[in-house]
Amino acid sequence: MLNHRLFSMLWEVPVKALILALAGLVWTAAAALADNPDPADWQAVRAEARGQTVYFNAWGGSQNVNAYIAWAGERLAERHGVELVHVKLDDTAAAVATVLAEKTAGRDEGGTIDLIWINGENFAAMKRQDLLMTPGWAEALPNWRHADVENKPTVLTDFTVPVEGLESPWGMAKLVFFFDTARTDAAALPEDAAGLLAWAKANPGRFSYPQPPDFTGSSFLKQVLIETVADRAVLDRPVAEADFERVSAPLFSYLDALHPVMWRSGRTYPRNYPAMKQLLADGELDIIFAFNPAEASNAIANGELPDTVRSFTFPGGTLANTHFVAIPYNAAAKAGALVVADFLLSPEAQARKQDPAVWGDPTVLAVDRLPPAARARFAALDLGLATLPPEALGPALDEPHPSWMERVETEWMRRYGAAN
Amino acid sequence: MMLARLGPPATVLLLAGPIAFGLAGTLLLAFGYLPALGGSEPTLAHFGALLARPALAHSALLSLAAGLVSALVSLAIVMAFVAAWAGTRAFARVQHLVSPLLAVPHAAAAFGLAFLIAPSGMLARLASPALTGWERPPDLLIVHDPLGLTMTAGLIAKEIPFLLLVTLAALPQVRLAETRALAASLGYGRVAGFVYGVWPQLYRQIRLAVFAVIAFASSVVDVAAILGPTTPAPLAVRLVSWMNDPDLSMRYLASAGALLQLAVTAAALGLWLGIERLAAALRDAAAAAGLRLRRDAALRGAALGTMLLAAAVVAAGLATLALWSVAGLWLFPDALPQRFTLASWTASAPHIARPLWVTLAVAATATALAVVLAVLCLRREDETGRRAGRLALVLIYLPLIVPQVAFLFGLQLFFVATGTDAGFGALVLAHLVFVMPYVFLSLSDPWRAFDRRYEAVAAGLGKPRLTSLLAVRLPMLARAVLTAAAVGFAVSVGQYLPTLLIGAGRLTTVTTEAVALAAGGNRRVIGVYAFLQMLLPAAGFLVATLVPALLFRHRRAMRV
Repeated sequence: MLNHRLFSMLWEVPVKALILALAGLVWTAAAALADNPDPADWQAVRAEARGQTVYFNAWGGSQNVNAYIAWAGERLAERHGVELVHVKLDDTAAAVATVLAEKTAGRDEGGTIDLIWINGENFAAMKRQDLLMTPGWAEALPNWRHADVENKPTVLTDFTVPVEGLESPWGMAKLVFFFDTARTDAAALPEDAAGLLAWAKANPGRFSYPQPPDFTGSSFLKQVLIETVADRAVLDRPVAEADFERVSAPLFSYLDALHPVMWRSGRTYPRNYPAMKQLLADGELDIIFAFNPAEASNAIANGELPDTVRSFTFPGGTLANTHFVAIPYNAAAKAGALVVADFLLSPEAQARKQDPAVWGDPTVLAVDRLPPAARARFAALDLGLATLPPEALGPALDEPHPSWMERVETEWMRRYGAAN
Repeated sequence: MMLARLGPPATVLLLAGPIAFGLAGTLLLAFGYLPALGGSEPTLAHFGALLARPALAHSALLSLAAGLVSALVSLAIVMAFVAAWAGTRAFARVQHLVSPLLAVPHAAAAFGLAFLIAPSGMLARLASPALTGWERPPDLLIVHDPLGLTMTAGLIAKEIPFLLLVTLAALPQVRLAETRALAASLGYGRVAGFVYGVWPQLYRQIRLAVFAVIAFASSVVDVAAILGPTTPAPLAVRLVSWMNDPDLSMRYLASAGALLQLAVTAAALGLWLGIERLAAALRDAAAAAGLRLRRDAALRGAALGTMLLAAAVVAAGLATLALWSVAGLWLFPDALPQRFTLASWTASAPHIARPLWVTLAVAATATALAVVLAVLCLRREDETGRRAGRLALVLIYLPLIVPQVAFLFGLQLFFVATGTDAGFGALVLAHLVFVMPYVFLSLSDPWRAFDRRYEAVAAGLGKPRLTSLLAVRLPMLARAVLTAAAVGFAVSVGQYLPTLLIGAGRLTTVTTEAVALAAGGNRRVIGVYAFLQMLLPAAGFLVATLVPALLFRHRRAMRV
């Protein structure tokens, strides 16, 4: 939907070239790059930010998240005079493509995107193609001092790619499974991917995953990939350096075995996590999963799931990562974007985000090192019945190198999803 | 009335212009012409890439079948119903029941159907566990079924009101009562007599509308995305996802696919011509064989039953939507939510305001323009004394017959190239293309039926033509004008693809928001948006009913 921007710029290129040639002008945009705001001089950043409009391109598929962003917008307008506009995406890759097209078209300033909710392959792509604001700014934000870099290493390494301050952490994600104790025997729950397959065979039609490239669905594929691969070290390196056929063979034979016993026999898939949640509520699915450990409590609070739903993870570990916000190199409102990123990292915003009644997204901050008042905000949170305490979430499995995901998604579509 | 002279050319320009520009743009892209992306040489490569796409033929066949089957079934139901019941009191009642359904946007009707017939849907809830024994929803592939039956059913339920209203508009032009009496005196049953005697003339009048149904159903995006198969999806759905792919080179593929869509729709129309001949031959054979169907009570009952069923399905679906929008926890197989809450409404309210405003503003502007243009065209018709010819009628129907994807891709390119994309004006123009035909078609009959002696009197009293238009004709036609406007308004509110592509995510309406939220699968939120989507056209029709009633409260002859 955003891509019209690309188009307009691509069409501008010949026109612009003509005008430039006729007028005999020299392209001087490079000069504009020099004056990026410096977060070390925070007063100057705040002053510059006042009155700016920040176009925040973020996935818009969840009402909770949208409402949270709207709340942040109100606070930012009150306190910093920054107007936050949520441009709702259905796929973050669209925002990446927009910035790339802007760069291709020579639009090195006044870009249409000021802030992107991002991680993984999209971050890797933007970093690789120099589409991010440099130098690294995240670690100079006033609220960075609260970030938990010791215990949350993914704050510094996004899907094996070093962050280097090019994006600011926003929240933590970990793959967690949900089930309804009213229907499903907790003793029979699977403890790893192989157990899940056995469980699905014993309970045909009661498990499914969102159709890739939906990120929750793709994450499930990664979990299985990590568990079935012979040597996990190959996943830390780009896929090009490995024998994809051989490494991924166990994953696809797993899926071949799983699909016939899946919901609707694998002939159609839930669109995404919210669709799976509805199917759990309807009793169509018995085991679902999300990337946010608090999703189930959140849904119980909203009356979307019964209060008999509980969480579980695999003792051997599940996929975990951090999601971030990044500023494109050509953002029109860089100072405003810095102020937004800093606000999103503040204990106030992070505590509210972790509240299951709001969103339930785990914080990136080191709560135990916060000032007492801020710590109290977190202590006051009722994580809800269905949320596992942090120590019960099990080991975190690192994300594979982003290139693996692209390859697995393509191969998945070739094999199972003639859809796109 | 210089303005009236401008009416027809302006309409031609506004209808044919965007389509011509759009098709040209799509054609350029399909043959790989987009200099900025490195495409300056015409190439057939993108068609090769298109054909290499997995299951492409499958998708195309799904679209073709959906177009033909939905048109055939809905037309058969409408024909049987009109044949059996036209002229009776029951007919008038059903007509009043079914007509409002025309205003229900396709997406809302599709959501309603999905919520109704899914394994965990309302019907299963009502029947479980008492009748079915289901404590849990069965693992049945109903919505998104691979053959697209649910999608076709959804299309049929929505096409029936459209075809019925078009048929009703054409009915006064045939001699129904006389033909019925003649056929009855010769011993033909009601249905057979109608089909032999009246239908051929009637069908000629509604043929373009049937073509529009075929074209729409074979290229629909929103209904197909909500109800249609997913592995693979029907052609148009895949095209739109390619068009929205972040990888720009996919646009070539999407445009080449749009031409394929054009061919699929053309093939559907071509096959339809064959079906027409076959049906005519069957009719002639039946007539020649002396098939009179004297005892057709069962057939008549079935026709009425199917018609009512179609209306009931849409109405029940909408009721289910409304229920979900205020539902708290609602577990299967409960027939009602455990709790009712306005939380979904209050949570959505702040996000609804802007799309709602855009929806209203675009719909109001496009409708106002369409009404003015339609009045100017019809006025011109009066002045020249020539009725719009066959060509003009085809032109009016053009936007309804050319698949939307085929020219909207290119049209988007045109707007982008002129720097007017995502602008309010561009969106209004795109909507106008689709609003105009409906407004013109619904206004033209009452306009032409107007007793021109009133104007003769006005002229006799020395009133200029403009005064007689504004002071005599328009006030007397207020009901017709407002109804046409309500139809146009409803059409605009229901527009999905034009809003998605031309609004480009910056200008969203309740319809694009609702379809986007469908991806989220949150039934409560979908309920809120779909309900709103339905409420707006309903409000339009309410205005069209109330204002004339108020206007004519002292004019007995003007009351209905």
